[in-house]
Amino acid sequence: MSDLLLSPEHRYAKEIEKKRNEDGSELSVLNLGPTHPATHGIFQNILLMDGERILDAEPTIGYIHRAFEKIAENRPFYQINVLTDRMNYCSSPINNMAWWMTVEKLLNIEVPKRAQYLRVIVMELARIADHLICNSILGVDTGAYTGFLYVFQFREKIYEIYEEICGARLTTNMGRIGGFEREWSDEAFKKLDVFLTDFPIAWKEFENLFERNRIFIDRTVNVGPISAERAMDYGFTGPNLRAAGIDYDVRKAQPYSSYEDFEFDVPVGKSGDTYDRFCVRNAEVWESLKIIRQAVDKLPKGSIHADVPDYYLPPKEDVYNNMESLIYHFKIVMGEVPVPVAEIYHAVEGGNGELGFYLITDGSRTPYRLKMRRPCFIYYQAYTEMIKGGMLSDAIVILSSLNVIAGELDA
Amino acid sequence: MALETITIQERIIEKFGNSASNFGMQKDIFCFEITPDKAYEVIQFLKTESELNFHFLTDLAGIHYPDNDINEQFAVSYQLHNWIENVRIRVKTFLNGENPEIKSIIDLFQCSNWMEREAWDFYGINFIGHPQLKRILNMDEMISHPMRKEFPMEDSGRTDKDDRFFGRTSLIKN
Repeated sequence: MSDLLLSPEHRYAKEIEKKRNEDGSELSVLNLGPTHPATHGIFQNILLMDGERILDAEPTIGYIHRAFEKIAENRPFYQINVLTDRMNYCSSPINNMAWWMTVEKLLNIEVPKRAQYLRVIVMELARIADHLICNSILGVDTGAYTGFLYVFQFREKIYEIYEEICGARLTTNMGRIGGFEREWSDEAFKKLDVFLTDFPIAWKEFENLFERNRIFIDRTVNVGPISAERAMDYGFTGPNLRAAGIDYDVRKAQPYSSYEDFEFDVPVGKSGDTYDRFCVRNAEVWESLKIIRQAVDKLPKGSIHADVPDYYLPPKEDVYNNMESLIYHFKIVMGEVPVPVAEIYHAVEGGNGELGFYLITDGSRTPYRLKMRRPCFIYYQAYTEMIKGGMLSDAIVILSSLNVIAGELDA
Repeated sequence: MALETITIQERIIEKFGNSASNFGMQKDIFCFEITPDKAYEVIQFLKTESELNFHFLTDLAGIHYPDNDINEQFAVSYQLHNWIENVRIRVKTFLNGENPEIKSIIDLFQCSNWMEREAWDFYGINFIGHPQLKRILNMDEMISHPMRKEFPMEDSGRTDKDDRFFGRTSLIKN
């Protein structure tokens, strides 16, 4: 079987041959992916197996590489936002806001408090959606479909809120340089209110279904553990790092968008195994709910965008009736806005960890270089080490508990 | 005691002298440049020196500056982070345009493995000592390094779009 897949020069083929001659053991090669329903994305792993046990793995990534960094070098700043949507598509508003905040940092734009709070609300909703998908899919991979079907309807509710805010659902392209494109509708706040009442009940039930479930515990405890030192060495950030016991959270370390105004805890795990990652994400959903409630309660009145006519599109009726607005409109749409020469880095706490934009400008209409720090890309390196010595079914569970999103992995 | 940027600067100058230059804040991050032959040592120094303790590699980025002098046409930018003091630092090093190569930092930070492969893939920067320096996001058969500025965005045979009106590729003859 193995010679169908591998050329004889491949190191696994040599390994198999060597082992066979040494002690007659029959190792085999298993091709996991690129399109396998259990991998939740397009990535391939060539596994060297001894029966059910994984001896080694060779990951191949890049199947949905779309050259975002190259495309970004040819686009004006406001058009890059749609690229960020398509990175971690489970929590696109976080990516959108991260990009706007990067540009605002570049242009020294102070965003009004109201817009900042609204951003916090939508980012935390996105985090809930992200963790909800990750944890419920982890349930599916261990054989529990019910939890997934039950909580997934709440992702739909979150998408309806997005829809009220910006009109889109999955790839949101939400916001503008300086704030939001329009004031949130009453309907959006109503839907948010309903969500905040209904969702905690469902999430509590979801937690009860899993956290003390014998089958789930057997499948996840001590599966794919990673020590804090190894996690740091491998560049882990976000829930996966916190599951290993390090309380690094960009929202606390370098608060952006007024995160310092809210009280929340950073949940940490201990052993960094699949069960801890699951629990950390569960706990983070509660913290996110806490933040959203505080933000809704304290939501200040005021404008939803900064007063920056150079970068923020004027209202459409002004464009038709007012010369100045027409000029601004034209300049913004054509990307002819003043941009300083700078080198900046801005990071936010994305669904999977520290999502950073390293932006170099040369004063022209497009970035000179935009490097996206994509947490998935960095921590997926550790996957090989984490699955070595485990069973094949554990590899699937570890993959979904790491929440590797192909869009973010490949950019 | 908070870690002051002036302390970092003093320690670096004391240890590396003229190899390090252009110290300064860029927005909220302290940055400096280092000559490529000292890049590995400086990263090692930043990581292992107990006072500095930059123990986390946030990002590694390749950059192409085709308009620069031949010895500075490529750059590698390292971003390190000290979580305890919560200080970030950026170290940039410029490489030769014809033969960009630099020592790999993979034995200092495991996570630099794929980041260096990415920089190799897109810029053709050779990381000496990397155990598996091959393409990561592009296909293995590819021969060019697509993030270099001379690499055109789109098929040059296209006639339905005039790139002069859409960004920087206009400067390059198709």
